[in-house]
Amino acid sequence: MNKTEFTEQLRMSLKGLSEADINKSVDFYEEMIEDRIEDGIPEEEAVSALGSIDEIKGKILEEIPIAKIVKEKMRPKRALRAWEIVLLILGSPVWVPVSAALIVVALVIYLCFWIIILCLYVTDLAVFLSGFAAIVGAFVQQNGFNTALFLVGGGIALIGAAILLFFGFTQVAKGMLFVSKKMALGIKKMFVGGKKE
Amino acid sequence: MENQMKRGLLDVCVLAAIRNEDSYGYQIVKDMSPYVEISESTLYPILRRLENGQMLTVRTAEHNGRLRKYYHITDAGLERLKTFEEEWKELMQIYEFVTKEDRHE
Repeated sequence: MNKTEFTEQLRMSLKGLSEADINKSVDFYEEMIEDRIEDGIPEEEAVSALGSIDEIKGKILEEIPIAKIVKEKMRPKRALRAWEIVLLILGSPVWVPVSAALIVVALVIYLCFWIIILCLYVTDLAVFLSGFAAIVGAFVQQNGFNTALFLVGGGIALIGAAILLFFGFTQVAKGMLFVSKKMALGIKKMFVGGKKE
Repeated sequence: MENQMKRGLLDVCVLAAIRNEDSYGYQIVKDMSPYVEISESTLYPILRRLENGQMLTVRTAEHNGRLRKYYHITDAGLERLKTFEEEWKELMQIYEFVTKEDRHE
């Protein structure tokens, strides 16, 4: 792939972003290729050193907020005609609630992620506290030595389980945040990019 | 290394690469590469993030009949480097404590 092909493909893959964002990105990578060539690296090699277009696209999208991408995509590319405006107004009882619902769904999914993570830690805290309570209970109960021994043993086991769970849950939380980040990137990619011919 | 941590460190590295004189993308990558591996596709979002955060400014200048972007560190960027150095001093002390073989003398 030479420089022209690369910039064309990159431009195509970023279709849907604002013109300014696309130009800025393409200019940056073009400059990189030219600087490499000036450094004595053959053109093809200079291009391939940058990595795959898809990877570059992902990195560019990471820094652009989802709202900006969607807004740019929804912005009409030309002035609306009179009948289109009439249709938009007449159709508003349909499209306003539908798009509002979509936004709410997206927010709720995001919220769910955090709530699940919160629940995990609350559960862990509950296990820990019950273990603690069992040990305290061992000393205040009146049922004799056997019960006390059982309560202490159970309490220590619970606290141990809580500590183990804490590490497990932290991994789960990390995984979930990773997934939610990938999801956001996936959504962004849905809005950006032209078809490949 | 933790991703979040590395991300913050790379920001600081880029600022350090333009601290003494203005520099451009390829030069930054070259200057950093002996110390930390960074690709252009990683550098680009960092530069934009730093620009949005007013840590650096960008100017376009002609070079060999084409345009090249030069990055200039702002006072806020210098401030960021200073805080980093102070924070790191503290961390180095912790490191020293952790790696010290014999704590009882």
